[in-house]
Amino acid sequence: MSAAIEIPYNSTERPDTGLYNAKLGVWLFLASEVMLFGALFSTYVLLRTGSETWEHGAEFLNVPLATINTLVLIISSVTMVMSWASLKMNNFAKFRLYMGVTILCGAVFLVIKSFEYAHKFETGLFPSTSTFMALYFTMTGLHGLHVIGGMIVNSYLWGPGSKMWHTDPHRFTNRIEVAGLYWHFVDLVWIFLFPTLYLLPGK
Amino acid sequence: MIEATLDDVHHEEHHGELSFIRKYVFSTDHKVIGIQYGLTSLVFLFFGFCLMMLMRWQLAFPGQPLPIGFLSRWLGDARMPGGIMAPEFYNQLGAMHGTVMIFLGVVPLAVGAFGNYLVPLQVGAQDMAFPKLNMSSYWVYFIGGVVMLCSFFVPGGSAQSGWTSYPPLSDITPQSHSLFTGQSMWLTGMVFLITSSLLGSVNTITTIVQLRAKGLTWMRLPFFVWAQLVTGFLLLLAFPPLEAAGVMQLMDRLAGTSLFLPSGLVVAGKALNVSGGGSALLWQHLFWFLAHPEVYVLILPAMGIVAEVIANNTRKPLWGYKSLVYSVIFLGFMSFIVWAHHMFLTGMGTTINAFFQTTTMIISVPSIIILTALILSLWGGSIRFNVPMLFALAFLPMFGIGGLTGLPLGLASADIHLHDTYYVIGHFHYVVAPGTLFALFAGIYYWFPKVRGRYLNETLGKVHFWGSLICMNGIFMPMFVQGMAGVSRRLYDGGSSYLHAQNVLVLNKGMSYSAWALAVFQLVFIINFFWSVFAGKKVTSDNPWEATTLEWATPTPPPHGNFLKVPEVYRGPYEYSVPGAKRDFLPQNQPPEA
Repeated sequence: MSAAIEIPYNSTERPDTGLYNAKLGVWLFLASEVMLFGALFSTYVLLRTGSETWEHGAEFLNVPLATINTLVLIISSVTMVMSWASLKMNNFAKFRLYMGVTILCGAVFLVIKSFEYAHKFETGLFPSTSTFMALYFTMTGLHGLHVIGGMIVNSYLWGPGSKMWHTDPHRFTNRIEVAGLYWHFVDLVWIFLFPTLYLLPGK
Repeated sequence: MIEATLDDVHHEEHHGELSFIRKYVFSTDHKVIGIQYGLTSLVFLFFGFCLMMLMRWQLAFPGQPLPIGFLSRWLGDARMPGGIMAPEFYNQLGAMHGTVMIFLGVVPLAVGAFGNYLVPLQVGAQDMAFPKLNMSSYWVYFIGGVVMLCSFFVPGGSAQSGWTSYPPLSDITPQSHSLFTGQSMWLTGMVFLITSSLLGSVNTITTIVQLRAKGLTWMRLPFFVWAQLVTGFLLLLAFPPLEAAGVMQLMDRLAGTSLFLPSGLVVAGKALNVSGGGSALLWQHLFWFLAHPEVYVLILPAMGIVAEVIANNTRKPLWGYKSLVYSVIFLGFMSFIVWAHHMFLTGMGTTINAFFQTTTMIISVPSIIILTALILSLWGGSIRFNVPMLFALAFLPMFGIGGLTGLPLGLASADIHLHDTYYVIGHFHYVVAPGTLFALFAGIYYWFPKVRGRYLNETLGKVHFWGSLICMNGIFMPMFVQGMAGVSRRLYDGGSSYLHAQNVLVLNKGMSYSAWALAVFQLVFIINFFWSVFAGKKVTSDNPWEATTLEWATPTPPPHGNFLKVPEVYRGPYEYSVPGAKRDFLPQNQPPEA
């Protein structure tokens, strides 16, 4: 018996399930995330339908900036896939490049978002201002935390975590795939948040 | 074989040069983590029980000073002015009793401790699929527990809006935007606890799906593993909405939003200065979307444990293994669409009531199938009445009472009378206390020899069992009577200022004496536990109960990595008394004879 315990199916698929452990794990985690944001979107629906009036986000939220942010996140999703594909093609340098761009896109998103937040505070729009603003700050805030979480993971995999490429390339590639699945999910949430908060007309 | 064992154990000790901290504190070994969960949750269970014992004094002798002087002095004048319990303190005890018992006691014990320790063993794995994640889920749980405990010491004391934390009350009690108020800390603690169970459930499900030993097909899984699998899905999918709700209530409390505060709210004669437009009912929906599946999180692992203990001690296969499995899956699915039966009286409307009443009646069917299958499993068995079996046997009628008394609550019209009375308290305590807790005790007595290599003392165990059984019924049976008389569950004086409660007030004293006597019998368990850890009778075999499942195919206690050789499974989980076999049990890893 060796000192380190070797958990099976860490880097190879289990034949009968066709999955390696982390892939199943991340899909389960994403299922719970769907429930988390599902609850928030349900809250939006319930409070909106229960209210006589509702604000049109575009009137005081910055649609152009949010559009740019949408593009930034979509680009980051593409580069995330490219970084994984580079590893699949055995090109570690390109992986570093694409992963770096992904992290950078995350940072750009957060910077733009923080400008938006600052502008809201300056014009006297706070979470306590209205139900709409409460939902806006809660939902985008929680999404922002998810972006930060993803950036931390990606930075680790770009920096110190990438040592694994030299010892266990297959497992490292899997890690990038798993991180990518999470990153796509974070993008996807924004794809829903953007029209819901910025574009949907009021009543 | 024995030589190999000793050799490996020796080897194990050699490479096991991990520091004390890595080995016992920040361990990634699922068994150490399971024991950590177990001990922590037992401490919390006892703590939650102490909160209740204090409340029972006020209920039995309302307005009289606590006869234990030093305790009143220690609790201080804010909580116990002149030794008499303050109403606010009573509310704190009530809210925290529920929270501590469920989220820090029973669930971590049933899922964290038993799930962690046994699932990898029963599926023949070396460890959980993600050992480091496993360690972090314990420590996140620990932080959540510490936050909850600290909330007693902030100004104004802990949360006092019930374990359900219904707004608007919970949003505005106390009215402060500080994080360091009881309610805000309660919410913060909950976010930690939810995150912990989320990490844990991802781990459990992945372990069961991915790390099953060769030959361990789905229909060969022990029923306990099935129960943990379904529980994992409930935790995974039901908890996040409460996490969202917790964050939103924190926003209400800290950032002054009014997600749960309707317009036009007047507090103490003054209009509340918030934007309004929120919905108090929204919290109830999000809360019960978690908290109803949570009921099954409490009961399914218990059923799993009882199934294992019954099969082993009747020396025959479980009756209807497949129906048990299909029932538990159906139960898990249905538990997501019954939540609003907790809300019949909120004015949701009769159509919605009718829907949830129907689903509630449907969900009782698989529960009854499981209970019936377990009872039928006893038929014709040569039953060994040891302590684990006694607890498992008592689980059946106790859970039966708890389940059947739930039916009137699930019917919208009967619920009008019974809602929020002591009847409800009696109902769910029968499910959780002499139900789930008895099953967990059965599990502790049953698996203790594997964990420690020593038995718990049988005689003390029987004293613990009979005492607990009598006292539990002494506490909870009278609650049905009080509830049907209409006594509300949240009365500070136990109902003594209400005319309709006068005839049933006398029961309060009996219930309180039973609760305090129950504590004495738990002391027997605690003494037994510590005595047996160090001086209990040693086991002479790795499989002392002559059981069939894989956890007994390990050395005692199992080393890091569990199995000496990778196990392979050849048969179903409960092959007891197979005709023609040499012994009355065939372990799952025993190859078929040629």
